[in-house]
Amino acid sequence: MSTSTHPLKKYTRSHIMRTTTCPGCGIGTVSQAILRAIDELELDMDDFVFVSGIGCSAWIPSPFYNADTLHTTHGRPIAYATGVKLGLPDKHVMVVSGDGDLTAIGGNHLIHAARRNIDLTVVLVNNGIYAMTGGQTAPTTPRGLTTITSPHGTLEHTFDISPMIAAAGASFVARWTTYHPRQMTRSIKKGIQKKGFALIEAVSQCPVQYGRASNLGDAVSMLTYFKDNSVRISKTQKMDAAELQSKIVVGEFVDTEKAELTTELAQVKNKLRASP
Amino acid sequence: MQNNKRVLKGTHFEMGNWACTEGAIAAGCNFAAGYPITPASEVANRLADRLPQVGGTFLQTEDEISAICSAIGASWAGCKAMTVTSGPGISLMQENIGFGVSTETPLVIVDVQRFGPSTGVPSVGLAGDIVQVARGSHGDYQIIALCPESPQEMFDLTIRAFNLAETYRVPVFLMADGFIGHMREQIVIPEADQIEIKQRKIAEPAESVLDRQDFLDVNVAPMPVFGRGLKAHVTSSCHDEHGMRNLSDPAVMHRYAIRPIEKICTHRDDIIQVQADCADAQIALVTYGTVSRSARAAARLARKEGLKIGTLRLLTCWPFPDKEIRQVAEQVDDMLVLENNMGQLYPYIKAEAAHACHVSFLGPQTLGQIHDPEFIFSHIKELIA
Repeated sequence: MSTSTHPLKKYTRSHIMRTTTCPGCGIGTVSQAILRAIDELELDMDDFVFVSGIGCSAWIPSPFYNADTLHTTHGRPIAYATGVKLGLPDKHVMVVSGDGDLTAIGGNHLIHAARRNIDLTVVLVNNGIYAMTGGQTAPTTPRGLTTITSPHGTLEHTFDISPMIAAAGASFVARWTTYHPRQMTRSIKKGIQKKGFALIEAVSQCPVQYGRASNLGDAVSMLTYFKDNSVRISKTQKMDAAELQSKIVVGEFVDTEKAELTTELAQVKNKLRASP
Repeated sequence: MQNNKRVLKGTHFEMGNWACTEGAIAAGCNFAAGYPITPASEVANRLADRLPQVGGTFLQTEDEISAICSAIGASWAGCKAMTVTSGPGISLMQENIGFGVSTETPLVIVDVQRFGPSTGVPSVGLAGDIVQVARGSHGDYQIIALCPESPQEMFDLTIRAFNLAETYRVPVFLMADGFIGHMREQIVIPEADQIEIKQRKIAEPAESVLDRQDFLDVNVAPMPVFGRGLKAHVTSSCHDEHGMRNLSDPAVMHRYAIRPIEKICTHRDDIIQVQADCADAQIALVTYGTVSRSARAAARLARKEGLKIGTLRLLTCWPFPDKEIRQVAEQVDDMLVLENNMGQLYPYIKAEAAHACHVSFLGPQTLGQIHDPEFIFSHIKELIA
């Protein structure tokens, strides 16, 4: 009997045999998009340092990826990754974490890293809820949704992450859902190659917590919802606010070249070294 | 002024915060992150100027949380990293100081302490953080904290802080305060080759992290620094010797918590420094940091009048110099603990000394002011009477 091995298995630690994700979770799709991007770029895992925070999606690189991985405190992976990148400017430093980690408790680090335009690739898995802790409302939870900490409906407005980080100064910003794994992979490749701050917002299904809170149901029906409600950014110009209200705008929000922090720092050091 | 030299050999008349910066650079610091705060800002200001001149990096962060996190990240990237702040910044950093402890990260944290609680008085010194740096992050752990008493020691002990951080793979505090941070005094910087510099041990490549001990060695595991193909797994969650997370095995939980504590306690004789000048003393004045200067002056005043007054100065406050305090307690009749606070270290000192001698506490005449030697001396006379 022949055995078959997953083509991306070579990128994971061989002694890690099981995941912590629930059945139907979108994290597997996002993880494969990351590894496929690295594979298609023909990069080595030793070219990377992966940094993650706290929450389900922080478990994408740690413990699975066979690379240097730093699993940090809640909200702080971008702050840690900033130090790693400044210490190892020639490595690709990738942050993988969730919407609660990166936009609530860690929101300040996210916008400031984008402002600095430091060469990090951030894969932000947005499932619209705090999943690991049991389904509490998040800054990304749609207004009105009932969760266990918003039993009378979420009263607050919702963060629109990608445009916010584009406004903060990122070089590359893209948003896709787990219904768009090929497009997501292409954007992650672009994000890795971009010399500057790159955010890939991966809207992902959490059938266990979000599916229950929203009555969207299981993974398949959530993916169908993503398919039916995603709108390409190029088509949004002809749509009014009311039409866009419940839509997921997908595509590349920013793709530009601008001065990047580690490059600028290297230039300053070279100038100081050359001067008497 | 442009200067590409790491060691500014010579005799200088500068502030303690200047000396701290030069000590850091002389020790090989090549990454610092910080957020502006009085009375520590001069350290960050000078690091921002000096580090790029010697090939290093300074990052001004969006807050102190980011400062400590990026310094830890840089240390894992192989840098000799530091951050500098004051009490409010330490309070913000505490969770991630615990991360540094848990992941056995070499790191120097300079705390130029100020008057609290809360926003308090930024420009007035107070030894307000002496316990919070040892007990302020959640969980059980040991820390190293050094207490300079002069600008010269801000140079010398900053170098020692980096050497201890590298040797033991731990965060090390330098506990200055607003007084010596801003005090100008003579600082002698020796030749570079006269300064002892320690470097961390680095792990060797292995097939898997399971074939290597990266953590939890009482005698310090070589560090699997990033960027060298070592495929390190680093987490502050409970982990085994390989760095792999384990939240189910009580034996692993036990080792995860106690090995980093044992690492410091086992090597306490190498870490702890005290200065005891109380061979024939009846009363020992026990101090650390700035107030030590007043204690020495008071002892001189008392000795002129024939009183047998000695001093015990703790250059290392953590790990706690229990043995050294006991030894002095068993020689003297009285111990007078002087701290520029309401007695933060006093209960710890009393616990070690009260079996052998009378122990009492004296804060400054006005909190936030340096003890007046005459004030200490009059208190000594009351104690004897």
